[in-house]
Amino acid sequence: MRILLTLLKKEFKQIFRNRMMLPVIFVIPVVQMILLVYAASLEMKNIDLVVVDHDLSQTSRRLTASFEGSDFYTLKGNTQHDEAAENLMIRDRADIIIRFKHGFEEDLVNEGNADIQLIINAINATEAGLIQGNTQQIIRKFNQDIRTEWSGIQHAGQAQWRMIPSFWFNPLLDYKIYMFSGILVILVTLIGMFLTALNLVREKELGTAEQINVTPVRKYQFLVSKLLPFWIIALFELAFGLVLGRILFDLPIRGSLPLLFGFASVYLLAVLGIGLFFSTFSQTQQQLMFVAFFFMITFILMSGVFTPAESMPEWAQKINIINPMAYFMRVNRMILLKGSGFQDISREFYSLCLFAVVMLTLAINNYRKTS
Amino acid sequence: MILFHAVFTVAQTEIKRMKRFFGFVLKEFRHIFRDPRTLAILFGLPMVMIILFGYVVSNDIKDIRLAVVDPSRDAVTRQITDKILSSGYFISAGYLEQEKDIEQAFQGDRARLVLLFGSDFEEKLMREKKADVRLVVDAADANSAQLAVNYAEGIIRSWLREQAGEVKLPVQIEAIPRMMYNQELRGVYMFVPGLMALILMLISALMTSVTITREKEFGTMEPLLASPLKPREIIMGKVTPYVFLSFINAITIITLGILVFGVPLRGSVILLLAESMLYITLALSLGVFISSLARSQQIAMVISMVGLMLPTILLSGFIFPIDNMPEILQAFSTIMPARWFIVIVKNIMLKGTGLAFVWKETLILLAMTLFFIIAAVRKFKTRLE
Repeated sequence: MRILLTLLKKEFKQIFRNRMMLPVIFVIPVVQMILLVYAASLEMKNIDLVVVDHDLSQTSRRLTASFEGSDFYTLKGNTQHDEAAENLMIRDRADIIIRFKHGFEEDLVNEGNADIQLIINAINATEAGLIQGNTQQIIRKFNQDIRTEWSGIQHAGQAQWRMIPSFWFNPLLDYKIYMFSGILVILVTLIGMFLTALNLVREKELGTAEQINVTPVRKYQFLVSKLLPFWIIALFELAFGLVLGRILFDLPIRGSLPLLFGFASVYLLAVLGIGLFFSTFSQTQQQLMFVAFFFMITFILMSGVFTPAESMPEWAQKINIINPMAYFMRVNRMILLKGSGFQDISREFYSLCLFAVVMLTLAINNYRKTS
Repeated sequence: MILFHAVFTVAQTEIKRMKRFFGFVLKEFRHIFRDPRTLAILFGLPMVMIILFGYVVSNDIKDIRLAVVDPSRDAVTRQITDKILSSGYFISAGYLEQEKDIEQAFQGDRARLVLLFGSDFEEKLMREKKADVRLVVDAADANSAQLAVNYAEGIIRSWLREQAGEVKLPVQIEAIPRMMYNQELRGVYMFVPGLMALILMLISALMTSVTITREKEFGTMEPLLASPLKPREIIMGKVTPYVFLSFINAITIITLGILVFGVPLRGSVILLLAESMLYITLALSLGVFISSLARSQQIAMVISMVGLMLPTILLSGFIFPIDNMPEILQAFSTIMPARWFIVIVKNIMLKGTGLAFVWKETLILLAMTLFFIIAAVRKFKTRLE
């Protein structure tokens, strides 16, 4: 026990003597949180619209005006030349072109229906889908308006259907808190895993690990002394992040904080265990960084931070069984945003306990005092 | 004769120098190839990433867990439920007894959307000609919540149309959408340019900065500087292997994108490769620049990871559209090389445009490259004194 305490003292001294450490712990999270949360928005705010109006009729102008009246659309041009409009799209100045053909109004009056063409820049498929949905909605509304105006009455005899959505936990559909709770998980993981792993490999690379290897210090004591400081730092980081989120984004904390921290401490044991495990078979920091980076980016992308994990293909969901980040990603959001209790997350909790035990055992077994 | 002799000596020293230089480059190559694990990751990374992005990271939603609260369970409510469940977007999470159970279902992540019918639904529909369907959604994830509601509403609306039969509405403007450049709305179209920008940046900038700092940290840079090799040659030698690696990776990503995911290459291949080369050069000079700032590998890594990787992923328009960001971030994104490179690749591959449309972006990349080279060289020289 005394040995362990001495080792821990050594680690803490070294960590805080390193001038890089404080910025890494305090500045990076703030920058990340602010930058990433604001950047990572899929909300449609601004759609650049170009209208090609070959009809120049009252109706085409009125429909154009109803797009202008919407908060989402900015009219970037209203021309009679197809080529000019397409040119704007090639230059990324237009997200959507609405094209009224000649005789549009006439068709509408005489035949009761008329076509307009929507040309959407679909390189970003998600964006294109959203633009199309938005546009169709405005046209649908416009149809209803002119229909009641022109024919006077609603279709008689038809039942009136209403669909009433209600958005729970997040009635304003704020995407930021969701993103924030996800990025917090990434941050805690990154700091914990990389720092632990780099720390040990650095000692190996510089040869100072050898000096400890020749002392009576036991393997597990050495590894615990490497793990514990960063475990504490990462948990601190989680608390720091929650405070930041509370201040900056009004992050709701609906569930129990002890539950969250309890879960996080098990999660961090698992993740730091992975970090230690990686460092046992890396000789240089560069090697380690690459291995860690590779797994990290795979973990992150598969964890469901940006996109819902349950919509992933089945094989990906199977892989996610061994992706600790996927568990914490879900649980962090469940506890913070929905107020889930222990019975809701018990499966994830026990899985991670098992995971932590396996990883730590592997790390300790794999560490060699003799090279 | 004297002239000839002079030329000969110059040539001879040149050849000697070239030989020295190639020897050095060879040494650097060996350094990299000696470590098969890193090498495997260098080449494996792009493949894994493109598969992840192609198949896993997609904003489409499917298999949304749908629960139903339906006290009346009559023909109409059943039909609607069946219709929604058979659409492919939803899977059944069963019936809930009452409205109160919804919260629990959401908290346990057992359902994402709950379809709520009133009691005596069909009867009311017949009698009062009124029907309210409530869609309660777990909106912790605002985006997919919105999508789930949209899908469900669309399905119900189309079911209603089917029921009404071919009643032609009196006045109807029909919008016919045409998806330019990407008819099937495939997400991977956006990811191929983004991945190229990301991976080339990673390998070129991160690797070079760490390799050079490593030599500094271990003091092996001093002997190199004392050798007959010029500083410029040392840097070139360090950088050359990564030029090759990056270039191979660029080709891998393009090929995989085309062969596996059917991403088109509508413009000129040569232009695309030349632009990639420019971007690689830029990333390498950035790496050299970082290494001139950093004293230890860890610092170089932190600068590269935090200062480069994350902004490259998030501020380049790779995943999230730049137009939707706050002004400050939009301004900040203009100094990200990846942003411009992505525009170039998109233009060449997807739109099939030539240099006429991307000369501005190309010039920006060129200017950035020059800036970093000059900055790095100046930094490097002062270190020598």
